[in-house]
Amino acid sequence: MNIIKWSRKKSVSVFHLGASACNNCDIEILDLLTPRHDIERLGITLVGSPRHADLLLVSGVVNRQSLERFKLVYEQVPRPKLVVAVGVCACSGDMFRDSYNYVKPVDEIIPVDVYVPGCPPKPEAIIAGVIKAINK
Amino acid sequence: MTGLFYIFVAPGLLFVLTISLLAAWYDRKITARLQWRQGPPLYQPLADIIKLFSKETFVPEGGGKWLFLLAPLLSFSAVLISSTILGVSNLDISEGFIGDLIVVVYLLSIPSLSLVLAGSASRNPLSALGASREMKLVLAYELPFLIAIFALLVKVRSFMLGDLISYQAATGWLGVSLSGFMAFVVILVVCQAKLGNVPFDIAEAEQEIMAGPLLEYSGGPLALFRLSRTMLYYALPVFLITLFWGGFQMGSIDVVLAGAAKYVIILTTMVLIKDTAPRLRIDQAVRFFWGPWTMLALLSLVLAIVGR
Repeated sequence: MNIIKWSRKKSVSVFHLGASACNNCDIEILDLLTPRHDIERLGITLVGSPRHADLLLVSGVVNRQSLERFKLVYEQVPRPKLVVAVGVCACSGDMFRDSYNYVKPVDEIIPVDVYVPGCPPKPEAIIAGVIKAINK
Repeated sequence: MTGLFYIFVAPGLLFVLTISLLAAWYDRKITARLQWRQGPPLYQPLADIIKLFSKETFVPEGGGKWLFLLAPLLSFSAVLISSTILGVSNLDISEGFIGDLIVVVYLLSIPSLSLVLAGSASRNPLSALGASREMKLVLAYELPFLIAIFALLVKVRSFMLGDLISYQAATGWLGVSLSGFMAFVVILVVCQAKLGNVPFDIAEAEQEIMAGPLLEYSGGPLALFRLSRTMLYYALPVFLITLFWGGFQMGSIDVVLAGAAKYVIILTTMVLIKDTAPRLRIDQAVRFFWGPWTMLALLSLVLAIVGR
């Protein structure tokens, strides 16, 4: 059992689930791959398919169009799965809270493990959030 | 009993897994250093594989269930057996059987074919696209590959790996002669395509079709596919060494040391090609393999017949 727990802590595949974000958080997430932050040294890799993922990085607010797809992508991630909400939009809805297209906050649609507020959050904060989610 | 020992322990499963996981780490570390990054720690490939085996496995609804689950097993066992045959005939020249070169050539094409099977059984348009690209790629690179091997056979006149090694021990490396060197270059580039490495990662093309044939895979089957790809990182360099660089032994130097040195040189070359090339389109790849690369292989065959 211990070796499985160890491997889950040391190897995390991250799928970036953009729920109609303004691209600000997305750019900060891409920053994680650059030489300055280099998340591969921590065993974290970005993957292209939700089926290969262990952890979802959610950015943006879910709108009426993307609600059903959003749930579908979450269900496609094999268990055990973790969710990190990146940016204040994903955490609470922020300034889009009163929009006609706003449905509900992300944590009322899918369970969220860690919130990383900020507009956008610093890359260091995103790494810290992911590490907190793994060690939970 | 010795057969089982060969397959599961010594030049087989356990040994190949150790070497190829180290090779996968080496690949990622070199790539990271070239991109001015720090790169993953030594245990990273092992942790990736264990984690994948411990995860849930999905089978797509409406896809070919048995084919979907059998394809990774097929790929894995083909690579395992081919690397066992290569290892055994390198360690003991008399252990081979007639035609084991042909068997290895066939077994090394099975990983690509099982990717095609996996993509077609997934019932996903992007996987199907990846499968069709992989199929075209196999058709493209097998032609120069086989012609280049014929160029060797013209010289050695035997289908046994052991004969190839003893021939080279007697008369010098095949890769040093003109025709041999050309065939070596041809097969080195074909190996990139067999591995699915850049510039021929057209089937998996992460930026266009996510993961291609592997898109629908998760958990254990995905781990088997990843493992068989990492094990190709052992099998293909050893195949090249056996064919062109005289097997593991080299004069009076220790077999293990000489073999390891040759292996690391070829592996580094492959990784450097992978890291410094952009991806070709599928039509460019087919044109490349059927055009200049087949010509080069044919030239090497003609030179071998002439005796160069």
